[in-house]
Amino acid sequence: MLHLILFLAFGAVCVAGAVNLLVQRHPINSALSLVVVMGSLAVEYLLLGAEFVAAVQIIVYAGAIMVLFVFVIMLLNAGEEEYSNKSRVAHVVGIPGVLIGCVLIGWVLVERSHTEAVAVGALPGAPKDIGWLLFHDYLLPFEVTSILVLIAIMGAVVLAGRPEPVQQSKKES
Amino acid sequence: MGVETFILVSVIKIVIALAVLLTAVAYSVWLERKVVGHMQNRWGPTRVGPFGLLQPLADGLKFIFKEDLTPPHVYRPLYIAAPMLALIFALTSIAVVPVGNWVSVAGVHTPLQITDVNIGLLIILGVTSLGVYGVALAGWSSNNKYSLLGGLRASAQMVSYEIALGLSLVGVLIMAGSFSLRDIVDAQGGHFWGFIPRWNIFQGQIVAFFVYLMAAYAETNRVPFDLPEAETELVAGYHTEYSSMKFAMFFMAEYANMITVACLASLLFLGGWHGPLFGPPMLQAVLPLFWFGLRIFAFIFIYIWVRGTLPRFRYDQLMAFGWKFLLPLAMANLVVTALVVALRS
Repeated sequence: MLHLILFLAFGAVCVAGAVNLLVQRHPINSALSLVVVMGSLAVEYLLLGAEFVAAVQIIVYAGAIMVLFVFVIMLLNAGEEEYSNKSRVAHVVGIPGVLIGCVLIGWVLVERSHTEAVAVGALPGAPKDIGWLLFHDYLLPFEVTSILVLIAIMGAVVLAGRPEPVQQSKKES
Repeated sequence: MGVETFILVSVIKIVIALAVLLTAVAYSVWLERKVVGHMQNRWGPTRVGPFGLLQPLADGLKFIFKEDLTPPHVYRPLYIAAPMLALIFALTSIAVVPVGNWVSVAGVHTPLQITDVNIGLLIILGVTSLGVYGVALAGWSSNNKYSLLGGLRASAQMVSYEIALGLSLVGVLIMAGSFSLRDIVDAQGGHFWGFIPRWNIFQGQIVAFFVYLMAAYAETNRVPFDLPEAETELVAGYHTEYSSMKFAMFFMAEYANMITVACLASLLFLGGWHGPLFGPPMLQAVLPLFWFGLRIFAFIFIYIWVRGTLPRFRYDQLMAFGWKFLLPLAMANLVVTALVVALRS
């Protein structure tokens, strides 16, 4: 019972954070709303018995990636954004897209609602199980992903290390 | 245990833990002023009470009664929230820190810990990684160039050193095979050849211990890595615009973080509350707490000692040290530990 109440409460917080993320005009408020979404998602994972995923969600997303988002916003000193109704793509693609997405999610929920419930902790969620799956059953995909990340890092280093001729000419003049 | 007993016991433990933590925070400040004073051939606080022991109390009262200035150019919601966030995240992590074995009081059998979760270490890492928001947002919302620079430095520094800090702990985790802080401490009981304690630091984790020590200084923004508040360059860094209790909250958060880091070091590397037990049963029950407290005291003392000894790094030195020295060292330690554990099993 308490589980259900907590689950619904944090689900509501999560959705409220996501809506706030879109409504807020200042980028830093939006970024902080995203932190709230990440945090409440972590609690949802925890309530579903996936404590390791919950902790990683907090450490990686809320504690590292979002800190970098906030860092960039602070560094660039991004101001408030202004709304414009000029994007025609948003009207043509966005609204039907949202509708289709809602219908799809609803359809999946209705379709799957009669599957039997699983007790908390019945599915693998402990760090040991996850480690076993990652380094045993799914070793190849895991290694491929790490190579992908390595390529991304090298690309970032190359892009950051490239000398900019425009800046140099500015300095000379 | 019934629900009512559980809630009652939890509340009592929370109140005691918080009271002890806040007292420890206040007296770490006193200790720091006293020790640094003596290192610099001064006396430190002497006027309020014997040896200046009531100085923290006087400082607390002073902070409460001081005028709470809010500069007109700040972004108010975040300016007010930032010190609260810093303090909340600093105090939260004590919830999973165990300070001793199980005890039985009035028929209730309970661990000396607010809650024993099987991912305790990850929770501490997560909460401390969120702690950077307090500092970063304080710097940004103050709308002041010195504060902003302090906030930027803090977030870059804490994200960088978190990686070395986390990696230095993985070796310990591999040896203990658990994320639960209680299990990690229990795995360090006993002695080698009857006299060398089985602490992780004596089990080959000494490199990891020093990596952790150095990364922890950067994580808590202490000398020699106190660039976020470098007073010779940035006035006071991220808390330049804060006064009275809001400033005190940042101050308390810093010292509470120091104590958490000290707790974690004692639990993971120095055998937690293990130590020689002797005397009557009453004394034997209290001794583990004393040994644990002694380790934390030693840690805080080293913190203060370093502050009295070392100058501040330059920012590029700080980043180069973190990425080019600590991180490879932590990785090498991890590889060697994993190899040894794999060969042994």
